[in-house]
Amino acid sequence: MIALLIRDLRLAIRAGGGFGLGLAFFLIVIVLVPFGVGPERAVLTRIAPGMLWVAALLAALLSLDRIFALDHEDGSLALLATAPLPLEGVVLVKAAAHWLTTGLPLTLAAPVLGILLNLSPEATPWLLASLGLGTPALSMIGAFGAALTVGLRRGGLLLSLLVLPLYVPTLIFGAEAVRRGAEGLTALPSLALVGGVTAGCFALLPFAAAAALRVNLR
Amino acid sequence: MHLAVTDLACARGGLPVLTGVSFRLEAGQALILRGPNGVGKTTLLRTLAGLQPAMAGEVDFPADEGAYASHADGVKLTLSVTENLAFWAAVHGRQLDDAALAAFDLTGLRDRMAGTLSAGQKRRLGLARLAVIGRKVLFLDEPTVSLDRAAVGLFADFLRDQHLAQGGIAVIATHIDLGLEAPELDLTPYRAAPDAAGGSDEAFL
Repeated sequence: MIALLIRDLRLAIRAGGGFGLGLAFFLIVIVLVPFGVGPERAVLTRIAPGMLWVAALLAALLSLDRIFALDHEDGSLALLATAPLPLEGVVLVKAAAHWLTTGLPLTLAAPVLGILLNLSPEATPWLLASLGLGTPALSMIGAFGAALTVGLRRGGLLLSLLVLPLYVPTLIFGAEAVRRGAEGLTALPSLALVGGVTAGCFALLPFAAAAALRVNLR
Repeated sequence: MHLAVTDLACARGGLPVLTGVSFRLEAGQALILRGPNGVGKTTLLRTLAGLQPAMAGEVDFPADEGAYASHADGVKLTLSVTENLAFWAAVHGRQLDDAALAAFDLTGLRDRMAGTLSAGQKRRLGLARLAVIGRKVLFLDEPTVSLDRAAVGLFADFLRDQHLAQGGIAVIATHIDLGLEAPELDLTPYRAAPDAAGGSDEAFL
């Protein structure tokens, strides 16, 4: 499994691997928001938690279809399915690799980009915590969606439609935690819910995704 | 070590293509699958490898010994030859040894990116995977596509001297003569009747 993780990370940072695509998208959206909304600081502060979370979510969405599609095209997926690794493990590793190349950089970049949106300093730790807890769920749900659509050509649209509703709980509670943190309220309950969604995703979705892959490999 | 197939029926896209396929191979034996395009060689191999369920019948070989190879050989273009092979070796819990590279004449290409290889070289890299993963039962779908005669010879040598000689089993779908002394199985008589029951969901369309 570690070999697969290392391979996926290596593929991501080599040419055409798509590493940085999500991060660049995140950066662009957050930089553009003040131009669109206007320079009023109060407004920016108010929308900052939601904007950061929505942008991070969409950035994570961008690279989802690559999780399994590339391995399916070149036949690696069928070979992995006959390898001694359980497919559930393959799904977990793929989701982990996606998170390490997308979710983690987004989380680390968010506090810096928060400054552009005049995010209050008290909210920064909550932003880090909620993205850190929530983005793994985005990758795991995304891996599930990618497993469902792996055999389809141009499955990206269907993938987004399948995955977006499942992203909503994480988005609501994640942004809520940051907002409450910014206003000095207790944000722990929202954060706990984000963590709960993530834990639930990691408990259930590897099995669902592996079952979907088995059907799609037929 | 044996591979026993009893009364196997398999389907492609919900339609039955083959029924009643039975054969038995002992350690060190190979079987060449013949038949016109579309007869179901690939479907049979995928069913044997466990990539799709059989409609009926049984496939019996030691668990975790099967390996499948088709024209899509899982080569990552942005990894080097060594990285590609080392990955497949590690997934199967083994070390990459130089003998596998040498057997497919890849030693001189070991640090090249797979994306810069020619089609035949890439194919050799895909086949070299079979040498590094150490599986005993190989299901090979057109393994010699885009190989020149010398490379076909290398591959046949590998199968005969390294795989079969060490008690391996191979089922190979191919149209050319590999020079192996192996029985041939023509799949045409096993072709399923178009209206064979089961597997089809036409009634719901």
